[in-house]
Amino acid sequence: MEVSRHWRLKQQRYALVGEVCPSCQHKIFPPRDICPDCGQEARTTYQFSGHGEVYSFTTVRNAPTGFEENAPYTVALIKLDEGPMLTAQLTDLGEKPVEIGMPVEMVTRRLRSDGERGMLIYGYKFRPALKAA
Amino acid sequence: MRDVAIYGTGMLRVSEHWDLSVVDLAGRAALEALHDSGLDRVDALLVTNMLSACQTTGQLNLGARVADWVGLRGVEAYKVEAACGSGGAGFRSAWIAVASGAIDLALIVGVEKMTETPGPEITAGLATAADADFEVPMGPSFVALNALIMRRYQHEYGWPHEAFAPFSINAHANGARNPLARLQEAVTVDDYRNARMVSDPINLLDASPIGDGAAAIVIGPAERLAPWGQRPRVLVAGSAAATDSLAIHDRRVPLHLAAAEQSAASAYAMAGLGPKEIDLFELHDAFSIMSALSLEACGFAEPGQGPRLAVDGSILPGGRIPIATFGGLKARGHPVGATGVYQLAEVARQLQGEAGDCQLDRARVGMAQNIGGSGATIVTHILRQA
Amino acid sequence: MATLAPTDVFIAGVGLTPVGEHWNSSLRDLALEAIQAARADAGGIRPQALYAANMLAPALSGQTHLGALLADFAGLRGIEASSFEAAGASGGVALRQAYIAVRSGLIDVALVVGVEKVTDRVGPSVDAATAMAADADHEAVQGLTFAAQAGLLMRRYLHEVGAPDDALAGFSLTAHANAVHSAHAFLRKAISLEDYRSAPRESDPLNIYDVAPLADGAAALVLVRREALTGSGGRPSVRVAGSAVAITALALHDQPDVLGLDAAERSARAAYEQAGFGPEDIDVYELHDAFTIYAALALEASGFAPRGAGWKLAVEGEIGRQGRIPAMTFGGSKARGEVGGATGLYQAAEVVLQLQGRAGANQVPEARVGMAQCLGGAGATAATHIFASLER
Repeated sequence: MEVSRHWRLKQQRYALVGEVCPSCQHKIFPPRDICPDCGQEARTTYQFSGHGEVYSFTTVRNAPTGFEENAPYTVALIKLDEGPMLTAQLTDLGEKPVEIGMPVEMVTRRLRSDGERGMLIYGYKFRPALKAA
Repeated sequence: MRDVAIYGTGMLRVSEHWDLSVVDLAGRAALEALHDSGLDRVDALLVTNMLSACQTTGQLNLGARVADWVGLRGVEAYKVEAACGSGGAGFRSAWIAVASGAIDLALIVGVEKMTETPGPEITAGLATAADADFEVPMGPSFVALNALIMRRYQHEYGWPHEAFAPFSINAHANGARNPLARLQEAVTVDDYRNARMVSDPINLLDASPIGDGAAAIVIGPAERLAPWGQRPRVLVAGSAAATDSLAIHDRRVPLHLAAAEQSAASAYAMAGLGPKEIDLFELHDAFSIMSALSLEACGFAEPGQGPRLAVDGSILPGGRIPIATFGGLKARGHPVGATGVYQLAEVARQLQGEAGDCQLDRARVGMAQNIGGSGATIVTHILRQA
Repeated sequence: MATLAPTDVFIAGVGLTPVGEHWNSSLRDLALEAIQAARADAGGIRPQALYAANMLAPALSGQTHLGALLADFAGLRGIEASSFEAAGASGGVALRQAYIAVRSGLIDVALVVGVEKVTDRVGPSVDAATAMAADADHEAVQGLTFAAQAGLLMRRYLHEVGAPDDALAGFSLTAHANAVHSAHAFLRKAISLEDYRSAPRESDPLNIYDVAPLADGAAALVLVRREALTGSGGRPSVRVAGSAVAITALALHDQPDVLGLDAAERSARAAYEQAGFGPEDIDVYELHDAFTIYAALALEASGFAPRGAGWKLAVEGEIGRQGRIPAMTFGGSKARGEVGGATGLYQAAEVVLQLQGRAGANQVPEARVGMAQCLGGAGATAATHIFASLER
C-alpha cells in the first residue's frame, strides 16, 4: 500500500471515522461524499462506536500478495450497530468458533507489511466483544 | 437501430497455453472467427481483457496490438474492461456501434492469460475487481468475498452445502462433452463432499478454474448476412447492462444481484419475452453461489430457491432451464476477461445447431449473463434464431 | 452552417480538476470532482450511462472495474458503466463510445470521465507502467520506455529534416506561455529558449522540456442529443462534428513509416470527412504533446503542415493563439499536464471551452471549429474528434 494512499485512509483505518448524511441521517462507512441512500452530498464526519456483529465470515488460505505470511486468517462482513457494513479480518478468536450474529468490537491491528523494508500497515480488525463480568 | 446478427465465432480451448502469449491467443481466436464469418476485414476490433493491465510487466493498448497481429491495420481498435464482466461489456459496446450504424462490422475478442503468473499475483490481480480501498486491504481474496455471500445465504435460507453439488456435477458433465473445456472429467457427489475447502464454505468444486483462453465473435447488420449453408441466422434480441456497488458490504441486499435483475429485465423487455421463453442460460457460475443468485435474479426461481433448480434437475440439458451447457465457468473455465465472449459464442453455437456433443434439442432463444466482480457490473444478452 | 440532424450529439457540460499532485485526493475523489463539475455545468442533468477512461489504475492503484466504481461513488448506482483503454488515447476512445451511444438514441444522457492517479507511486514503477503502452514482448522487455521511444523518433526526425537540435523548442515555449493563465494547468511558469537550450537531458536527444509531466487529474463531459439541450445560459451550443479512432502497429520497429503517425492521419481524415471540414477550417487544435516530437508529427499527420515541416509552425509562431493553428491553448500535455487516460478528455473539454468563449485569457478569437486528438503509445492508437459551435 502506497504511503500517501495509506495516509489518506488513516482516519478510517485507525478510528472508524465515516460520514452521516445531513439530509437523511443515513450513516455512511466507508465515507464517500454522496449519500448512497438519498443521493445528496454527505461530508459531515461521524465517529462510529466500533461495535457490530458478524454478518458472514470465511477463512482465507490462498492469500493475495502481501498477506501470505498471515494465512490462514478469517475475514468477515461486519454489520456495524449504526447500520453500515464493512469488510474486515477477525482477530483474538482463541478457541471460540465464529458464528453469524456474534457481537464484535473494533481494534487496531497490523494488517500486513510491505515486505522486509516496507511499511507496516495497520488498520481495523474485529474481535469478539468482551462482555462485562 | 437495425437488427444485428452473429456472423461467426471462434473459440480456443481453455487450457495452460505455455506456448502462446496473450496476443497469440487473441489473434488465433480472432482469425478463427473471421474465417467462420467468411470475412477478411472488419471496421472495429474490440479486445476484452482484465489482467494484462494489472502488472507493470503487462500490456496496455491491446486493441492496437491484437488488431495489428491479425493484419487489420487502420481499423478502429480498443479495449473494453469491466473486470470479469469485460466480455459482455465489450460485446454490448460493439452491438451499440453496429446497431446504430456507426460501424458495420465488429470483431469482439476476449482474451486472458493467467497460467504463467504466480498464485499470489493472480489472486491480487483478480482482487482488483473489488474495492481496492475498503475490501482488498483487509485481506479477503476474491474467493473469500464470494464465500462470505455463500455462508450468509446458507444461514438465511437453510440450504445444506450439498444442495449446491448439482451445479458442479452438471457443469462437469457438460464440460466432459466439450473438447474446448478446461476440465473434461465428470464429478460425483462424493467428489463434491470430499473436495478441499478453499475458503469455507466454498470448496474446490464450488469454484471455477483459471486458465488461458480466447474467444471471438464477428457481428454485423442482419440484412447483409449472406446465407451460410443450413446455418440458422442468430440475432441479438436483447442487450442491457447495469451496475451495483463494488463492495459487497455496500450492497443494499447482499444476497440479491440487483444489477442482474435490472439488466435481465431490460434485456427481456427489448427482446419482447420473459424467462419462460429462454431455452438456455449461460450464467456466470464463477462460484456455485453465483449460479443460485443469478437464477433467482433473472426470474427462474424465487429468492432463496435457486438451489432447488439444481436439486430437481431443471438445470440439466434436458431440464427446464439448462445452464453451463458447454461446462460453464466451472468446467469450460474462467479466463476472466474472455469469459463473457465464450458465453455468447456458446449460446450462438447452440442456436446455430453447431454445439457438437453439447447440443441441446431445443435452442431457439438463449441468454448469456456476464458478471464483473461480485456483482458490480452485470451485462445480459439475449440471442434468438431468426 | 451545417444542416443539423436529430441524432446530432451536443456537449451539455464539462468539468475538470486542476492537474497536479493531489496528495489529499484518491482516484475516486478526483473522478467525483470532475463528474460533479460536469453535471453542474450541464444543469444538474442525470446520466444514464458512464464511460470511464483510464490506463494506469490497475497497475498503480490495484483497481480495475472503474466503470462501476465511479458510477456508484458518484451517486449513480445502477446505471450502465464500463471502462475503455487504449493507453494515452483512452480518453478519446471513451468519448467516442459516449458519442455513439447518444447518437444511437439508446442513451439520452451520457457521462464520460477520465481519471488518473499517478502520485501514489514514484519513480521506476511509474515508468514501467507507462512503458506498458509499448510492445511488452519486444520493446518494453528491452528496457525501452515511453520517453525512449520519443527519443528515437526525435533523433530520426531531426536527422531526416535537417533541423537544429532546438527545432522543437517552440512547442514547449508555447505550451508554457499558454499555461500561465490556465487555471487548471500543472506548470504555470513561462520558459525561455535559453531554458530549453540548457535543460538537462532525458532520453537524448530529448531534454526535460521535451517531456510532458505525468500527474493526477480528472476530466468529464456530459453528452446529449439536440432535444435535451436546454439553453445553457446563452452560451454557444457545441456539437460533435466528427469522431474517429484508428490504429497502426504497436511497436515502433513494426511501423512502416515511423514518422508518419499513420493512425493519427487516418483518424483525422475520417473525422474531417464526417464533419465536412478540412484542416483550413480548424480554429483550435488540442494535439497530444506527450513529447514535443509528437506535436510536430501530429501537425503534419493531421494536414496542418507538409511532411517534415511541422516543426516550423512552432518556430514561426503559427501555433500561438494569434497564429494560423492555435494549439495547446491551455498548456497542452507539456504544461497543463499529461494525464494518461484522461488527457483526451482534458483536450475535448478545452476545445469546448474555446468554442463557447469560456477560455478567459487563453481565448482564441472567434473559435468556431476545434479538433482534439490523443495518441496511445507511440501513436499506435489515435482518437480524433472535431467539435463545432452553432452560429448564434
